[in-house]
Amino acid sequence: MKKIRILAVVFICLFTANTTFAGDGKLIATAGLIQVEGAGGGGLVPWATLPGYDSRDEYSVNAFSSYVTVDDYKLHALGASVSLYDRVELSVAQQSFSIKAGAGDIEQTIVGAKVRLYGDVIFSRWPQVSLGVLHKSLKDDAIALALGAQDTSGTDVYIAATKVHLGAVSGYNLVWNATVRYTNANQMGLLGFGSVNDDSHELMLECTVGVLFNRHLAVGGEFRQKPDNIALPEEDWKAAFVTYIPNKNFNITVAYAMLGSIAGADDQNGLYVSIGGTL
Amino acid sequence: MKFIQQLIILLAILLGLSACSSTSTTTLYDELGGETKIREIAENLVLEFEMDEYILPYYEGSDINRFVEKLTEYICEVADGPCVYTGRSMVDVHTGMNITESHYNRLVDLSINAMDKAGIPHRTQNKLLARLAPTRKDMLYR
Ligand code: HEM
Repeated sequence: MKKIRILAVVFICLFTANTTFAGDGKLIATAGLIQVEGAGGGGLVPWATLPGYDSRDEYSVNAFSSYVTVDDYKLHALGASVSLYDRVELSVAQQSFSIKAGAGDIEQTIVGAKVRLYGDVIFSRWPQVSLGVLHKSLKDDAIALALGAQDTSGTDVYIAATKVHLGAVSGYNLVWNATVRYTNANQMGLLGFGSVNDDSHELMLECTVGVLFNRHLAVGGEFRQKPDNIALPEEDWKAAFVTYIPNKNFNITVAYAMLGSIAGADDQNGLYVSIGGTL
Repeated sequence: MKFIQQLIILLAILLGLSACSSTSTTTLYDELGGETKIREIAENLVLEFEMDEYILPYYEGSDINRFVEKLTEYICEVADGPCVYTGRSMVDVHTGMNITESHYNRLVDLSINAMDKAGIPHRTQNKLLARLAPTRKDMLYR
């Protein structure tokens, strides 16, 4: 974990210091960000976009670090990915979740892959569509099993559609995304997978709407439907975000996250901050 | 799910707003500032790619005056101005160049610079880009 953290910091420094490396395959602010599970996306939701500005002829290397702090918990997610020829994305992320009042944390590793099936987020007639998987495994079995989960690892499969409409909102660019995810992860996997005797895989809907107020500033909202498998209730996630993209190598997002009930504590609201870099 | 409804309503309102603003009678041609401004954009674009090592090689041997002339006509026409484009079709001109996605988007970036330098507002720029975008498929990898 510590190694990954140092690596990420080095990466991010490199990215911000060097602005001439990025591919020019996409227009600024259209490559999307990296979401909290390491996939190219918004903040909470994976999108059809692949991070980085690579095109059919190039690749890019990306890294992110996201921090979420709500009333009783905090989460740190850190990861890196490569986007190959604007076709395939491979990602790893490490999440570490903890109770503010207590010691110890829950750690989860997520390995992901995504393939762009169709389209270009701006230029094709229909939205860009991608298919992705996220394989998650908890480092420690005890908590998930004690809470009534069936497994300590699991796989999500999702299909996402994303589109930018140039000038659609009285001249401003509009971006939207809709994702359907097949999952049995409890609180993203941090509280295990499925429930005691039941695999519990089901379809969840997630979406994003945003407006780009200029080439560097986006504002929007996200929604992520959540399953409710174990005894401790789980609620849908929502967030309102502002993203600043000074150049093609760096982005920063600040959001207000409304994560509902988590592990018995209700109304978990707070701040989400994420920085991303791409080379 | 309520939040989804709110997002959809927000989307509808945003699109509704844009529908209202587009019922006004001024054309994009007027919004851009007419033919003088459009010519300025075309001339700025030439200055941009003359300094760009990726794009410049494509224009080696081109008649730049003709290019400015035809591009001005072309933009004027797609922006609903009072011009008729008399150049070659987008497919014909760009076939044989093997234009890649990166080069296309590079040129769009340069066009944005050209519009910035001509003082075209961000929202007007987006509207013009939206009208140019549909021909992208006619020029890539040919
Ligand atoms: C929205 C995108 C584009 C539009 C609207 C556009 C429009 C035009 C127009 C109107 C002409 C003049 C045609 C004529 O002389 O009859 C032209 C010529 C040309 N275009 Fe494009 N173009 C676009 C993208 C590109 C790209 C991406 C490249 C290459 C990187 C490119 C390279 C050229 C070259 C080299 C010529 C000159 C051809 C010659 O002199 O024979 N264009 N373009």
